[in-house]
Amino acid sequence: MSEVLLAINGLAAGYGASEVLRDIDLEVGAGEIVAVLGSNGAGKSTLNRTISGVLRATRGSIRFAGHAIEREKPAKIVARGLIHVPEARCVFPNLTIEENLDLGSYRRGRAHRERNRARVFAIFPRLAERRAQRAGTLSGGEQQMLAIGRGLMAEPQLLILDEPSLGLSPRLVEELFALIQRINAAGVALLLVEQNVVQCLEVARRAYVLEGGTFVLHGNAADIRADPNLKRAYLGL
Amino acid sequence: MLSPIILVPAVLNGLLTGAVYGLVALGLTLIYGVLHIINFAHGALLTAAMFAAFFAHRLLGLDPYLAALGLTPLFFALGYGLQRFVIGPAAHGEDRNILLVTLALAVVIENALLYVFGADTRTLNLAYAFDVVDVGVAFLALPRVIGFGVVLAVALVLWLILALTDTGKAIRAVAKEKLGAELSGIDVAHVYAVTFGLGTACLAIAACLLIPTYYVNPHIGNAFVLVAFTIVVLGGMGSVTGALIGGLFVGVVESLCGLYLGESLGQIGIFIMFILVLLLRPSGLFGERA
Repeated sequence: MSEVLLAINGLAAGYGASEVLRDIDLEVGAGEIVAVLGSNGAGKSTLNRTISGVLRATRGSIRFAGHAIEREKPAKIVARGLIHVPEARCVFPNLTIEENLDLGSYRRGRAHRERNRARVFAIFPRLAERRAQRAGTLSGGEQQMLAIGRGLMAEPQLLILDEPSLGLSPRLVEELFALIQRINAAGVALLLVEQNVVQCLEVARRAYVLEGGTFVLHGNAADIRADPNLKRAYLGL
Repeated sequence: MLSPIILVPAVLNGLLTGAVYGLVALGLTLIYGVLHIINFAHGALLTAAMFAAFFAHRLLGLDPYLAALGLTPLFFALGYGLQRFVIGPAAHGEDRNILLVTLALAVVIENALLYVFGADTRTLNLAYAFDVVDVGVAFLALPRVIGFGVVLAVALVLWLILALTDTGKAIRAVAKEKLGAELSGIDVAHVYAVTFGLGTACLAIAACLLIPTYYVNPHIGNAFVLVAFTIVVLGGMGSVTGALIGGLFVGVVESLCGLYLGESLGQIGIFIMFILVLLLRPSGLFGERA
């Protein structure tokens, strides 16, 4: 593996007294696609929220690009180039598409904004067509595209996508995974947190399986894909 | 009774008074729209601003309109600091705590003012306080005409800030989607504080517009905030346009009720309307339906 971008060691996190995650060790290399697979309630969203600083880790360390970030605020972590596109998309419904995208570049200079926007519009021509439309009027799939576009506006080194295929039609899911590879080809590392196991294992290099708040399996995506026993035992395939 | 000679001046005067109500409501609704809390300290902060405007004239000889230029940034900073360093940290992220902290703040500010200045009612005697403007159909008090113009200008500036600046876009983003804003790199604590600062700055301007024709005592702010709260509900919680138009409307209602029911009963109309709005259109005129 090339240079380590994200390194998580012995991480635990939760809400109040209830611990959701424990003993989490995870690495993402620069430019790598890594999948975190697991069923609903396994702790996937908690993991994402802890990495992006929305939720405080109770134990353990998170290092990103050589900096300890487990005590940093979300805004600071975004400025470092670690962007989390949440499961609920969380686009700004009262703002136009263009305003949504511009806020994605909030931590970058104005000069960057134009360039980033041009790049995002090249990937998502549909967003360019509707740039003056309010985000609240978009369909679910379009909101997903906007959420990813807004994430790209922040010039990420690592993009965490939380259930990006959720609620998308099969055709849009195809588009999405093609898009993920395209983003990756531009040098952005991705952490895909998905229930959509089959397609995830095709684009990812490595995968972790999360169950009951901890990783129960970790290996090369190709190996997991090729081993029917592993797939049956851990992924219900 | 319905003769235009009586009616038109009453409506115009109502609009002039209503504009300043609208400005107080604007601050309240802005804070509500973004932080999703009723700022119970709004009245006490208005009182503090009126005392500040009063003593800026009494001690420093500053005309209230001139004092506004200094008090507005000062109260912006005060509001920013209160939210960032007192209300925010004391609330620990719980909305109901914010509510209680602002209530406590109101008690502290009011009683501090009471302790320092006593319960006396004070007025400024400005040379132009009784000047009138002849608009053909009516004679209007000059300070109120100035107040009306200033409120419209402030509302326009506020609207431009919200629509065009990065900070304004961030404020609108945080209002509707806090998590999305955080994950886009927006410092939500800072945006909350800026919003609270803007709301408080509105009070400083309102105070400077009121002081030439109004009196000040340690409880004066509450009377305005009660009306402002009605306006916020009428216009739709969190709606800036609603606050302004609601303010003008309430001013006219108060003026007409005063005309027909007698000066001392003028405010009855406002509260009857408040109850009617809650019964018939709880989301307000410009509010989104829940």
